[in-house]
Amino acid sequence: MLITRAERWFNRFNIVFLSVVGLSMVLPMLHVLAQSFSDNAAINSGQVSLWPVGFTLDNYKLILNDPSMWIAFRNSVVITVFGTLINLAATTTLAYPLSRTEYLYRKPVLVMVLITLIFHAPLIPNYLLIKQLGMLNTLWALMIPGAISAFNLFVMRSFFLNLPNELIDSGKIDGCGEFRTLWHIVLPLSKPAMATMGIIYAVGNWNTYSSAIYYIDKRTLIPLQVRLREIVFTDTFGAADSTSEMLLTVSPEGLKMAVIVVATVPIMLIYPFLQKHFIKGMLVGSIKS
Amino acid sequence: MSSKIGPTEAVQPFATSREKRAFIRKYWALYVISLPGIVYFIVFKYFPLFGSVIAFQDYNIFKGIAGSPWVGLEHFQRMFAYPEFLTILKNTLLIGLYDLVFAFPIPIVLALLLNELRVMAFKRLVQTVVYMPHFLSWVIVGGVLVGIMSPETGIINTILGFFGIEPIYFLGENEYIRSILIGSGIWKESGWGTIIYLAAIAGINPDLYEASQIDGAGRLRQTLSITIPSILPTIMILFLLHIGKFLDFGFERVFVFLNSLNSENGEIIDTYVYRAGLIDRQYSYTTAIGLFKSVVGLVLIAIGNTLSKKTTGEGLY
Repeated sequence: MLITRAERWFNRFNIVFLSVVGLSMVLPMLHVLAQSFSDNAAINSGQVSLWPVGFTLDNYKLILNDPSMWIAFRNSVVITVFGTLINLAATTTLAYPLSRTEYLYRKPVLVMVLITLIFHAPLIPNYLLIKQLGMLNTLWALMIPGAISAFNLFVMRSFFLNLPNELIDSGKIDGCGEFRTLWHIVLPLSKPAMATMGIIYAVGNWNTYSSAIYYIDKRTLIPLQVRLREIVFTDTFGAADSTSEMLLTVSPEGLKMAVIVVATVPIMLIYPFLQKHFIKGMLVGSIKS
Repeated sequence: MSSKIGPTEAVQPFATSREKRAFIRKYWALYVISLPGIVYFIVFKYFPLFGSVIAFQDYNIFKGIAGSPWVGLEHFQRMFAYPEFLTILKNTLLIGLYDLVFAFPIPIVLALLLNELRVMAFKRLVQTVVYMPHFLSWVIVGGVLVGIMSPETGIINTILGFFGIEPIYFLGENEYIRSILIGSGIWKESGWGTIIYLAAIAGINPDLYEASQIDGAGRLRQTLSITIPSILPTIMILFLLHIGKFLDFGFERVFVFLNSLNSENGEIIDTYVYRAGLIDRQYSYTTAIGLFKSVVGLVLIAIGNTLSKKTTGEGLY
């Protein structure tokens, strides 16, 4: 097939344009990374663009020695690990019956869930409910209210619908009750779907932010993202927590950038696995639903 | 041979209600398994929905819903009588509009361009990179932007300095906040949309392209006549969902950037509800505002869906 001159120019333009787009995603992160490793003088004189100038680990030392950072980090880890387990358990236990025709309440339950997708209550009624349940200022408030995402529920259900019927039949033949069938037969085969769902939920849990703003003001329960915002946007690092002299010599900018890097590292570590499962999952899930 | 979806034993319409009850009892485990999920939806989604009636009351937290006086539409009237809310509504509408006009088409364009790449490795590389910011929290995105927009140390002002322009404190000026909000959204979320459209494009039958090539169609023609019409259903569905969220720009993505200097142009309904509702404790008033927002969203989806069905034949329902 002949390639016209116009097509050749288009190809060049396309490659350049998409490279610029790709770079625009990467360069700001590099800038942040560079500043986090740079010293005070270099940052303040505006020398740092994509590579550290005056390499220093002081910013990171300060952060890693700050107790409030570790507390916030711990909270986020707890929320992510336990929250995601709750998410998966809740979503799976509802999605499975919805995929079986023997479950006669399929339609009403699906409608009930669909409505919540379109219409949801404003902040205050939710807040009042959490308050009445005694969940204010507890980590439960960050893990339970978001336990099931309607979207994920539908994707999970799609997946179960596609499992061949023989599976459940074989369970029956072997004399398994429904619980056993679910646990020993269906779940082990659901690993790819669970992985995809797990990753989506985990990332959401790690990024927990607005729920914490609404429901928590106890300093010991603040998740990482909230602490991050405090440091980056309101300059409150080391207010009462650390009395290090290093605080006087580092650039506040560098410190902020280092905190950002620390909060981003876990997501970056997961990203390769995410890529693999997520794209596959999205391709299957989005076309079906 | 495998059969899917069908039941494991005959599920006929039941002759008697006794038969039906026996059937349910036989599969009792399924009903028990589904119970936690159902309870979750009832408690955490529907209780608050019913609790929204406080929008029609003068809610007093000590008296509860049963004991608080009813005031009808008073809060809704107050919303439109006070200029404070009208400014916020204007912000929300403008930002929603900019988002629709600027942010919505970009993933479509990117997907179409990515689709034209012949070198698979480069295509996968760009895909991977462009998708990454979606997984970062808004706080991180905000932080990154603060870093590059900083007046003294940020790279943007450094570059501006080369052109002899004075450093600009972007986050401290009212005029920039909306652009920052939309721009950060594009940076963060375009990749996600691109992947969805790429998935839709991947589902197009390649025979269509072959046939068109035989008829002499060039790549542009193929894109216009095959690719775009084929992903039109996907575009419409995402468009309708986007419209439903017109007033729902997002609390986190705005809250992160808001400060006293830029809130005149930047404050939207969601951040106002947080400030006035949770902090200033105007419970009923802000619930009314929230209800208003949800109803408008619903109406927009309904209108959009009807129009979409009439013009393109696609709809959400």
